[in-house]
Amino acid sequence: MAAEFVIEGLKATIEGKEILKGINLQMKGGEIHAIMGPNGTGKSTLASALMGHPKYEVTEGTALLEGEDLLEMAVDERARAGLFLAMQYPSEISGVTNSDFLRSAINSRREEGKEISLIKFIRQMEAKMKELEMNPEFLHRYLNEGFSGGEKKRNEILQMMMLDPKIVILDEIDSGLDIDALKIVAEGVNAMRSPERGFLVITHYQRLLNYIKPDFVHVMMQGRIVKSGGPELAERLEAEGYEWVKEELGIEDETVGQEA
Amino acid sequence: MTTQTILPVDAARISELSQAGGEPVWLKDSRLKALELAAALELPKLEKTRLDRWNINNYGSHKAGASLASLAEAPSSVAALIAGQEEGSLVIQRNSGAVYTHLSPELAAQGVIFTDLATAAKEHGDLVQKHLHKAVLPDEHAIAALHAALWNGGVFLYVPKNVVIDTPLQAILLTDDAEATFVPHILIVADTNSSVTYVDNYVSDKTESGLHNGAVEVFVGAGAKVQYASVHQFGTDTTDITYRRAVVENDGTIEWIVGEMNYGDTASDTKSVLKGNGASSDAKVIAVGSGSQKLNYTTQAQHFGKNTPSDMITRAVMRESATSIINGVTKIEKGATRADGQQTEKVLMLSPKARGDANPILLIDEDDVTAGHAASVGQVNPEQIYYLMSRGISRHDAEKLIIYGFLAPVVSQIPLEGLRNQLQTLVERKLGQ
Repeated sequence: MAAEFVIEGLKATIEGKEILKGINLQMKGGEIHAIMGPNGTGKSTLASALMGHPKYEVTEGTALLEGEDLLEMAVDERARAGLFLAMQYPSEISGVTNSDFLRSAINSRREEGKEISLIKFIRQMEAKMKELEMNPEFLHRYLNEGFSGGEKKRNEILQMMMLDPKIVILDEIDSGLDIDALKIVAEGVNAMRSPERGFLVITHYQRLLNYIKPDFVHVMMQGRIVKSGGPELAERLEAEGYEWVKEELGIEDETVGQEA
Repeated sequence: MTTQTILPVDAARISELSQAGGEPVWLKDSRLKALELAAALELPKLEKTRLDRWNINNYGSHKAGASLASLAEAPSSVAALIAGQEEGSLVIQRNSGAVYTHLSPELAAQGVIFTDLATAAKEHGDLVQKHLHKAVLPDEHAIAALHAALWNGGVFLYVPKNVVIDTPLQAILLTDDAEATFVPHILIVADTNSSVTYVDNYVSDKTESGLHNGAVEVFVGAGAKVQYASVHQFGTDTTDITYRRAVVENDGTIEWIVGEMNYGDTASDTKSVLKGNGASSDAKVIAVGSGSQKLNYTTQAQHFGKNTPSDMITRAVMRESATSIINGVTKIEKGATRADGQQTEKVLMLSPKARGDANPILLIDEDDVTAGHAASVGQVNPEQIYYLMSRGISRHDAEKLIIYGFLAPVVSQIPLEGLRNQLQTLVERKLGQ
């Protein structure tokens, strides 16, 4: 069954300050949605709130993935339900190798006694790393420790490929990537496109969308989705910037929750 | 403030026990002298730890265990430790005395001595007398004095000149009778250019409070190498006070691997005295504290010889309301030119009630040296937990990964695979996983 992901009336706060002011979004498997918008408009907060980052408190709304409300679940349950967030700033964890980490993640989706065999796991991981042009030594490196910005992003995509999620959120996956790395990452994402999987691509540059073609584009301002359209919307934003959107909607300050 | 040490035993009883055990006169005299010292000495002063408030007076009385005719008769509490050891060199102490000793015939043929210390004192008196209490001195404090007065069972290992032993020799020290005095003394003498690995396990199986007052003395001869691995896994009711000390001659090497996995209050002090030129020391300590344990771990390196490197690493994980004071003392004496003393202490706290203190101390009386230290105390980073959980890993498993990751740099360096796996299992058990 194709994944259906429905966000309704999502509000979230950080340290008591409301950043998301009622997000509504519907996605189906096979679709790629892009969320665009200037800095400080709540895009990354949306990603973090959906994943369940402890800093954010969801105050209202639901996020149903195949009818189950993710917001009622712990972070790990959301992941096992099929949500994946490629993070903008992945943590570095010393002493935990990339392979041990990913194997734990895969096994967390399997029943006890049905864990993935080491040899099968290594083969899969090596194959995916090759696709992403990652050095095989990254298998045994400590998780993200000493990785460059680009290496971290590739490692996020590697995890996505290994975990086979239903809904993927890419949070500024293009930031800090040179054009070659961007292409590799985009190829990785495109290879994962399927009728069963939906993507939510968060970016403030249209550049990424040249490589990952969205079906729908949403503009976020002031903690809300203020405008939605097709791929042509992204192109217009690239050509003309965000000012026209602000003018059209009568928005002076597009940011949210920031001190004046 | 002076606290009068309450002696758990009187001179008459010590003489009586010594006589009954057939001990040489020098040993009886040594015990009596130590008892006198114990009455006059104070408890050791430990950094930020009030030892006088600990349960440290349960010495009990001497109770010899019945010898085991074979390992099959060993108590179930140590069964896992002796599995497959039928052929291996092994000493088992149960409560106040040895119940099993075995030395492989090949090693015996090479002149290796491996038996309980009480037996060695009778059969190899000169060798024992020459070294006993020469590294941990009875006049240091009341605990050391009481140890010297009361020690029982124990282990004696002598490796003759140029003898290199590949297989580890093992000992198990078990207390399962709260009434019994449990004061084992480990004495290892590695003669010139010899090499040996010794592994011991300290285990308790009882529910009343008891005390382990232990001492370890290792004499590393010129060019000799001793690898000493020790795992303490006493239960909640056993207070553990252990002094380990190695004296290392020219170009000798001591390597300590210590797993502090007790469930009760623990004070340990592991010290290498680098006496000779080129002597070296490496100490790795991993510890897990849980419940309401009070813990004080000290590692020390004292450099007298020239060109002496020392390295000490302690990594400790504290959960629930365990409190730990972790001290590292590097002392470089005048004349120890080109000494190099390094130390690292790291504490990871898993709960808001857990406490950890890391105190790196460098005392340097010589200019031509290198020394360094690093210390850190911190909580598990919630961002890291979130990151791992966001991949489907449960909170429990995420914490486990982070904790093992924290211990990994030490655990992965442990050269004995069996010991590495054992420690891994003990860590898991202590973390309630």
